[in-house]
Amino acid sequence: MNMRTPLGKVRGLGSAKEGTDHFWRQRLTAVANVPLLIFFVFFVARYAGAPHAEIVAALSNPFVAVVMALVVTSALTHMRIGMQVIIEDYVHAEGAKIALLMLNTFFAIAIGGLCLFAILKIAFAG
Amino acid sequence: MTDVTRSRPLSPHLQIYKPIPTMVMSIMHRITGGALYFGTILVAWWLIAAASGAAYYDWVSWLFGTLIGKIVLFGYTWVLMHHMLGGLRHFAWDLGYGYEKHFATKMAKATLAGSVTLTLLIWIIGFLAR
Repeated sequence: MNMRTPLGKVRGLGSAKEGTDHFWRQRLTAVANVPLLIFFVFFVARYAGAPHAEIVAALSNPFVAVVMALVVTSALTHMRIGMQVIIEDYVHAEGAKIALLMLNTFFAIAIGGLCLFAILKIAFAG
Repeated sequence: MTDVTRSRPLSPHLQIYKPIPTMVMSIMHRITGGALYFGTILVAWWLIAAASGAAYYDWVSWLFGTLIGKIVLFGYTWVLMHHMLGGLRHFAWDLGYGYEKHFATKMAKATLAGSVTLTLLIWIIGFLAR
């Protein structure tokens, strides 16, 4: 027997009003992360320990800069919603949970801001 | 009210069950995910160093190249590979495959073997590219 109202079924969003959005974004960014992180690993393996001029030249390439920005964006989105689940699973005190969920977002945005600024600075100004 | 909730008996948890490959790999997936979370600090540091100029970049590059630096980065590589292969396993499950008990155990063991192999390969390629 299905207890859901017809309107609820059509909207398909459940009681949290978000539906499967969290699950979907976790999977969407996971799919994106596979090729992006493979690129990242090979990039780092290639340029680890390289002279500064060489790494700047590599990151100045428009393709590399854009892909690197996508690596950062996709990975940070994925890890932010992943850490959200970890916090929700283990932290039950309401105040600490909300504080950590906020810190989680602040951390992801701060790291993202730093990375994107560095990538853009190298790409535009060397 | 909270005392009532706290004194309730708990259902059997982690310490009761024998660790089996699928369970251990599930826990590892979460731990590696958490480690990668904080590992992004190293990525941001490296990119900022590259953007800051040669002097600071050379210092950070030297630091990452020390023995301790290399051990951390080697661990980082393995954690990333393990989480990625664990993620591929999740894709299989999401598509409806890989639920059979013995096959799931094989996939769990393959995740560990695969992550170690890939990590070694990446580092060998990294050293050959020098």
